[in-house]
Order: sequence, then structure tokens, then C-alpha cells
Amino acid sequence: MKCRKCGEKASVNMRQHKLALCKEHYLEWVPEQTERFIEKYEMFSHDEKILVAVSGGKDSLSLWDILIRLGYQADGLYIGLGIDAGINYSGESHRLADKFANEHNLKLHVVDIEKEYGQPISVLSETSHRGYGKPCAVCGLTKRHVMNRIARDLGYDVLATGHNLDDEAAVLFGNTLSWSGDYLLRQGPVLPSTEGLARKVKPLCRFYEREMTAYALLRGIEYIYEECPFAEGSTSIYYKEVLNQLENDRPGAKLTFYLRFLEARQSGLFAERNTSALHLHPCTNCGQPTSAPGLCSFCRMMEKSKSPV
Amino acid sequence: MTRQGASLVKLILRNKEFEVKPGMTLLSSLQKINVLPESVVATRDSEMILEDEILKDGDVVKLIAVISGG
Repeated sequence: MKCRKCGEKASVNMRQHKLALCKEHYLEWVPEQTERFIEKYEMFSHDEKILVAVSGGKDSLSLWDILIRLGYQADGLYIGLGIDAGINYSGESHRLADKFANEHNLKLHVVDIEKEYGQPISVLSETSHRGYGKPCAVCGLTKRHVMNRIARDLGYDVLATGHNLDDEAAVLFGNTLSWSGDYLLRQGPVLPSTEGLARKVKPLCRFYEREMTAYALLRGIEYIYEECPFAEGSTSIYYKEVLNQLENDRPGAKLTFYLRFLEARQSGLFAERNTSALHLHPCTNCGQPTSAPGLCSFCRMMEKSKSPV
Repeated sequence: MTRQGASLVKLILRNKEFEVKPGMTLLSSLQKINVLPESVVATRDSEMILEDEILKDGDVVKLIAVISGG
């Protein structure tokens, strides 16, 4: 297979775009496309300060790399979850995030959950009795809380995450299967800022997961290859496998599924409910917005984790 | 296990090893071992290769799983 731009041997073939590119042209194409998506969805400008949530994985490190290559002001945030599972998972993720930051002379903020809140994620999951034996729900809630707190406290304009199209399509698939209207309404490349909540953006939302792996490999980015030990057998991975089977038989199926959803949402398919019901209140403990008066979900969880069983 | 003198191509995915006959394309080899092409990136001698690549005797192909998340 030949590169469409130069005719040399191609390294990446994207069947959904009918486009094959060599290493050199692929590494030019990815930032060009990212810039196009940033502008199309009005994510942020070159004057704004961006906080990139960095996990040590291929997507977030690639996102940070792309934003820096495009000349954006982007700092990183690593959240140490304290997951070991016999493979030093968090320790290795932290090392790789640090390594990338040091090699590129970038600023990386680090929040260690155990140091900050007294318990690592796995213990917090048990003591708070959330998540039915799996810490993923507690992990997600904690990460969202910390990311927003750091973005707000340190004066960042926008919080960027490395969600790719496969992540987005899997979430969309799950929410469609259960017709979760509220979640469908909120899913998109940009979640605008509201009082107390930072703007959240997903600049990689139109790249396939395979494309981001190819980008990380071709750029020589060292990332954590091991899967999070708690993600094994997760629903989101199952949905990704189902969607990949579909993609295999119908190239472009994942992209069409996501883009047609965005178009449908834009045209009003998912109407906003009574907006007064969505009024947010500041949490009485941490001040972050919450839908009900009193404590936010995170502070309620922390309260519960401290109370005797 | 590789037999002495047998001509084979080795494919490695995480801690699993598969063997296929040389002369097949990467795509046919992946189909043979029931791995979806969409779920991996293939490298040989640290270079990425595409589905139409014909695999030769003695090739060792590393398959890098792309799916992550929880």
C-alpha cells in the first residue's frame, strides 16, 4: 500500500477515510486534523491556558504531544490513583507521565489520591460502599472532582482529555442501548463551562483508537501498555469489541455512528428538559457545583468512607 | 512450539504466541488466528506493517493491542 501524498510505502491505512499515509505524512496529518477539530468545535484558542489530564496512556500523552506541537499553552495533570495489582500500575503510569514532561520541558501537576484524601482508590471504593466491588465508579467520580478542582484553583481556561472516537462511540452505544436521554444530551466534543465547572474538551474525539496507537508508536512516545487491572471485563471494553466487529465488516461504521449522533443532537433530536431542574448549587464542603443542595457526590462519598461500618 | 527446520511466521499478542505459514498476507494471518485487524497495530522489526504485507519465513510480528479503558 502506498502513501497517498508521496507514493512511498504507507505505515497507516484508514479504511474509513480511504486514506493510507507514510510515517512522515501521517505525523503531519494528525496535528492538522486535530487543529481542524479544535476550530470546528470551538474548543479553545492559542491565548487560553489548557490543562491536559494525563494518565500515562497512549491517548493522553499523544494529545499533550500534539497540542505542544501545535503551539498551545498546555500543562499536564497526573492523578495518582494508588493502583498496584502486582504490576505497580500507578507507579509506572506516573513514571511515564513524568518522563514525557521532563523530556519536553513541560509542567506536570501531580495529585496523589492517597496522600490527599488518606486512601487509595481501591480502599476508597470499599470504605464508601460504591461501585459493587469494582472501583471504576469511585475512580471516575474522584478523577472528575480532582480535575475540575485543579483546573479551577490554578486558573486554567479549559480541561482537555484524551478521549478518542472509540471511547466516545462506546459510551454512545451504551447510552443508546439504555436510552439515557440526559447523558446523550451532554455527550459531545465540548462540555461548556458553567459556574464552578471548567470547560471540558476532547480534541481526539474523531480519531480511532488504532490511529492514536499508531501516532504514539510512530512518535516514539513511551506509554503504559498494560491495561488498568480493574478494566478487565468492563462493559466499555466489551462495547468497543462489538463496535470493532461492526467496523471490520463495514468500514466507517464507528465514525458514522458518532458523527450522525452529533448532527442529530445539533438539530434538536434530544431536547433539553425543564432547565430550572438543572440548577446547580455550590457544595457546602468543597464549593464545587452539585445538582442537589448540600454535599456533592464526591464529598458524600468521602463522608461515607470515614464513617464506621 | 516451532519444529526444527519448519518454515513459520510467528505472531505475538501480549503474552500469547501464534504461528502461521509464510506467504500469507498479514490480513489473512490475523483472520487465521481470529484477531480483528481493527483491534491491533502490527510491527515487524519495529516498523509498522499493513494488512497487505506478505509475511515471510522467519518473520516475527508483534501485535500491539489498541483497546483500552474501563
